[in-house]
Amino acid sequence: MSSMETSNLTGRTFRKMFAEGKRFDGRGLNDFRAIEVTYNVSNKAEGSARVKVGKTDVAVGIKLEIGTPYPDSPDKGNIMVSGDLLPIASPRFETGPPKFNAIELPRLVDRAIRESGMLDLHKLVITPGEKVWTVIIDVYPLNDDGNLVDVATLAAVAALKTAKLPALKENGKIDYHAKPTGPLPLSSETYPITLTFYKLGESIFLDPTREEEEACDSRVALGLSKWNGKYMINSCQKGGETPFTKAELEKMMDLLPGKFDEINERLKKFL
Amino acid sequence: MKNTINEAQELGDSAESPSIEETVKKRRVVIPGEVIVSGEDYLPGDGARRVGADVLACKFGLAEEAGRVVKVLALTGAFVPRRNNVVIGRVTNITFNGWVVDIDAAQSGFLPIDESPRFINKNEMDQFLAIGDVIVAKIWSVNVRGVDLSLKSKGLGKIEGGFIFRVIPNRVPRIIGKEGSMITLIKDKTGCDITVGQNGWIWIQGPTTDAEIKARRAIEFIADKAYITGLTEKMEEWFTQN
Repeated sequence: MSSMETSNLTGRTFRKMFAEGKRFDGRGLNDFRAIEVTYNVSNKAEGSARVKVGKTDVAVGIKLEIGTPYPDSPDKGNIMVSGDLLPIASPRFETGPPKFNAIELPRLVDRAIRESGMLDLHKLVITPGEKVWTVIIDVYPLNDDGNLVDVATLAAVAALKTAKLPALKENGKIDYHAKPTGPLPLSSETYPITLTFYKLGESIFLDPTREEEEACDSRVALGLSKWNGKYMINSCQKGGETPFTKAELEKMMDLLPGKFDEINERLKKFL
Repeated sequence: MKNTINEAQELGDSAESPSIEETVKKRRVVIPGEVIVSGEDYLPGDGARRVGADVLACKFGLAEEAGRVVKVLALTGAFVPRRNNVVIGRVTNITFNGWVVDIDAAQSGFLPIDESPRFINKNEMDQFLAIGDVIVAKIWSVNVRGVDLSLKSKGLGKIEGGFIFRVIPNRVPRIIGKEGSMITLIKDKTGCDITVGQNGWIWIQGPTTDAEIKARRAIEFIADKAYITGLTEKMEEWFTQN
């Protein structure tokens, strides 16, 4: 990796190549790179996973704490997603107060998971109105070769699947020495993912590498899930300045179900 | 712009040279701290050090014994600018008397207005080189204040068309090959114009998109296999298969 940004020159070449439907690594415009999942990478976390998509590499840890519910949702547990763009991941990331990207990444992951409903928050209540479980999802990018949001969501969901609820002591504190009581109240029906579509010139593409992502004009991140055989968009966020046309959005919608199933199928190999 | 191969110096890498290969025992990949050889007869060279009777590697690279000297040719590392290196950089800023150029080194490069190939009006500097433009430049001095660049030579100047990408700078000598044999092979097989900067940035422009993609994949193949001897033959084989 290098700190030099993708130049206007290379951007113009991408524009031309994408118009012809070609990419440097030989993929089609809507193909994902190879996905690889490793579970239980952290022995202190209640659940963890590390997902590699091409050279992009993200580790996620789940920590469970006992907290108080928010006043507007006394009968619900809490989810908290935090992320940190570590300098180890890319020469573009510096230590210091979080910048725009570092704030956006965990928010997109949070929204995709929360709104998909895969985690039943009502079942995370210990004493209604007083004590609930707080699920803390920590996202750590280890290497950034583009498409961090999609990979982070894959890793977060994979980590949630392996997380175990710890047992409680008599006094209501967590007993880390006792056997965990069981998995989190997750729905086995859906495995939510995010798909971020990127636009450069007239072309729409998925899963960009670092240089492709930097050259792109705009992007839209969609949080997806599947319930009762129906595909749903749970969240949506656009970035960049160039608008998407109606025709482009319709093209994306046509792609969504196929891509959702394909990625779910590829993930199932690792479960 | 006239595109010539950057006749880069072989930076201590002589893999394609048969004369040295005869005296050199088989190279192998070592990691820092690994014992390369034991015995008082050996002398530690570049990238190696002596601890007691052993010669250890200080770098990740290829261990090589040439006579009594044991050295390690690094496989990774940052670009260290040297005088007369030809580099590919990106203009990041324009000052009153020149351009600041990111050359992907620890220091940024500076191209003074006097080092441009023709007269430039100080009020119209961005007409010649704007922010984000890519140039091929030569380093004419490296000092504490920074790296000074020049465009006053054949084959240097602003790049138009094509694209640039990066490989690990240590592997640039392998991409060029002995007297440019490797890069000439790639140019002949793909029909692309290629300029290799010593900082690891490579510019390719070809007749078709497919030719450009092929040239890039060929170069990335070499950069991946930099530790193998006889790469030019491997490359010819690669071109028959792809």
